[in-house]
Amino acid sequence: MVRVATVNQIIPFSCVDGPGSRLVIFLQGCNFNCKNCHNPHTIDMCDSCGDCVATCPVGALSLSLSEVTEAVITKPRVLWDSDKCTQCDTCLSTCPKQSSPKTRQYSVPQMLELIRSQVHFINGITVSGGEATLQLPFIIELFQAIKASPDLKHLSCMIDSNGYLSESGWEQVMPYLDGAMIDLKSWQQHTHHYITGRDNHRVFISLKLLAAEGKLYEIRLLYIPRVSDFDNEINAVAGYLSQLPASVRVKLNAFQHHGVTGEARQWGTCSEQQMQQLAAQLSQRGVRNLVLPNVYL
Amino acid sequence: MTLQHRITQITRDPNLSPKQKSNFLALEAEASLPYMALSDAVTEAKESGIICDMFEGNAPFKPRYVLPDYAKFLQNGSEYLELSPVQDLDEALNALTIIYHHVPSVTNIPVYLGQLDDILLPFCQGLDPETIYRKLKLFWIMLDRTLPDAFMHVNIGPTDNIVCRTILRVDAELKQIAPNLTFMYDPQITPDELLQIAASNICECSKPHIANYPLHANSFDEKGFGIVSCYNSLPLAGGANTLVRINLKEVALKASSVDDFFNQVLPHYCQLTYELIEARAKFLHEESNFFNSFLVKEGLIEESRFAPMFGIYGMAEAVNILLGTPSNHYGHNAAANELGHKISKALDAIVKSTPVKYGYHGLALLHSQGGMNVDKDVTPGVRIPYGTEPNPIVHIQALAEHHQYYTSGISDILTIDETVKANPLAMMQLCKGALSLGFREFSANVASNDLIRVTGYMIKLSDIASFKQAGSRTNTTWLGAEAAVNTKILERQPRVIAHEQSPTHAK
Ligand code: SF4
Ligand code: SF4
Repeated sequence: MVRVATVNQIIPFSCVDGPGSRLVIFLQGCNFNCKNCHNPHTIDMCDSCGDCVATCPVGALSLSLSEVTEAVITKPRVLWDSDKCTQCDTCLSTCPKQSSPKTRQYSVPQMLELIRSQVHFINGITVSGGEATLQLPFIIELFQAIKASPDLKHLSCMIDSNGYLSESGWEQVMPYLDGAMIDLKSWQQHTHHYITGRDNHRVFISLKLLAAEGKLYEIRLLYIPRVSDFDNEINAVAGYLSQLPASVRVKLNAFQHHGVTGEARQWGTCSEQQMQQLAAQLSQRGVRNLVLPNVYL
Repeated sequence: MTLQHRITQITRDPNLSPKQKSNFLALEAEASLPYMALSDAVTEAKESGIICDMFEGNAPFKPRYVLPDYAKFLQNGSEYLELSPVQDLDEALNALTIIYHHVPSVTNIPVYLGQLDDILLPFCQGLDPETIYRKLKLFWIMLDRTLPDAFMHVNIGPTDNIVCRTILRVDAELKQIAPNLTFMYDPQITPDELLQIAASNICECSKPHIANYPLHANSFDEKGFGIVSCYNSLPLAGGANTLVRINLKEVALKASSVDDFFNQVLPHYCQLTYELIEARAKFLHEESNFFNSFLVKEGLIEESRFAPMFGIYGMAEAVNILLGTPSNHYGHNAAANELGHKISKALDAIVKSTPVKYGYHGLALLHSQGGMNVDKDVTPGVRIPYGTEPNPIVHIQALAEHHQYYTSGISDILTIDETVKANPLAMMQLCKGALSLGFREFSANVASNDLIRVTGYMIKLSDIASFKQAGSRTNTTWLGAEAAVNTKILERQPRVIAHEQSPTHAK
């Protein structure tokens, strides 16, 4: 069977997802349910219920006919015509699952072809999400193929993840992985649970493993004033961060409302001043390699 | 408005310096002369905005762009300027300072200051880096303050040398609008480390442009070329006698079908463009006495190295019009992009097969023209309309195919998200990618820099903000200020607009 991944979006040129310029593949689906998700339509998989089809104003959506093959009846699938689509996002607001019909399936060879068409412009590729590691077998095959292709093997392969992947999962991808960017959404278990719906035990295990392997490129802290607890727990957080290898970038992100729905809309956003204050507290306590946002929008 | 009224307005304008007033007054005087004799068809096409003489004046007494052979000048000195051959760096900088004031152009300020690293390097032997740095920094400040025009253009590279590196250092430090700067890149010669410095400079101050050296060099003979004003590549020791441009949008509106466009309408208006080119070049070469100047007599320029530039603009609108509705496909849709490439190819064929009396090897040079402050609802050159640009890679891929045809320059400006500032490696990779796909010149605006590019020239957003109250020391600021109003440059960031000098006083 050909391995395919469900892709929400591909950004062919990004400056913020690892070193240099990168092609970023956003995979559909996530196992966290963060209240502050900036892109909630990447969380759930579309189940082709078809509700969105009729609401598309330009007829870019349709349902495929059911297929009957050797006694297997396949369910109709929702089809998206990207050429017709005007990106009005009506379908996203229709969907009862908060999913998106605007995804595409890519096999590894198709993805390699796409990467080849951009190869002159990029220093590497990053798989992100959603939560990329939910489609780990695809990632492993893709990275493996890149490392085995003379024309692509100079590209670095990185994963941007929430850190929930199991140890054995990381071990499988490790031989082909150049680096990972891991989110740490808060320090205390209960805060983490409140924000994401899961605890952060496994996140710490992932961080430790990646750091030990020299493959932790960046740890990302999203600062939501009065919600995430980095400021209350500043000594513990700083102590933890300053023990990471010196090469690890500590990236502070400032919570903003862009794309956010639901109760997180009521949370206060993080101002430049609040961000500076957190950064100052961390660096006073010996945290190096801090990277701050350059825009607060 | 009567001539007298316009003159009154100029003399009393509270925002113009005396020098700026003199320039505008001279233009009014020249504009009061009758135009050269033209056929009715050309006059009509001109008046209806299909072809345009770029406000070069009714009696062109100087070429549009002049590229003197400064190496020769430094080596020989000048009888006319009473200067002996140059012995050291101080003398070289002094001699250049002098000659720049004698090099004319459409803006009255030189548009080409030379391949400065090549010509200054011989005089830097034995000087320590700090001395070179101090002298070049003072020179840079002098240029910006005394020749206040950002069309003034310096070239450096592709070799790695101390002058090239020092200029990059000084330029990033000072962040002046002038001079403009092109860094020549040759993958065979230029080390990555040097290109990375140039790319980091772009992140700092949107300068330099990075030119595809092998591609440009192959378009001209062994005497060389220079990049001047905004992205105009022209023969060294020569220049452009005139630039006439054709508005492809208006041409497309006259066509009844794609076939009619290619077979009838486009050739017809190209022919009228040539008529205007010939009339203007004829006056300059035969009546103005320009070619009796010391620049010619002392061998710094040669009449035979001047060519007319055949400019085009409004490609995006032309393609969208020819495709019918929905019509915003240019830059985004394969069929639209291909139609654009086909138009460029057709123009190239016309320009390469139409002899002119005063040309480079008897021909004009095709140019993708960067627009002017009077252009409304029409996109410069072959660019993708403002605000509809796709991501930088799709952008580059959509336009790369055009670049081979525009020998005398094509200006695309990529607008890059400011996240690139923290990641200059990405800027370098993007640049390499663009050049490897055949871009002649890579230019990028980085959102949020105060110093931004408007076509080839630079303005400071902070200057625009204060311009309304106080006027500006710099000639190009008012163009940017006007552009801000006409093309809404400030409304959407990141954003690019395009202009060449329009020497008309706003009426
Ligand atoms: S975003 Fe595209 S697919 Fe969705 S409703 Fe709008 S046009 Fe249709
Ligand atoms: S996107 Fe949502 S509404 Fe549309 S078919 Fe999928 S699950 Fe149904």
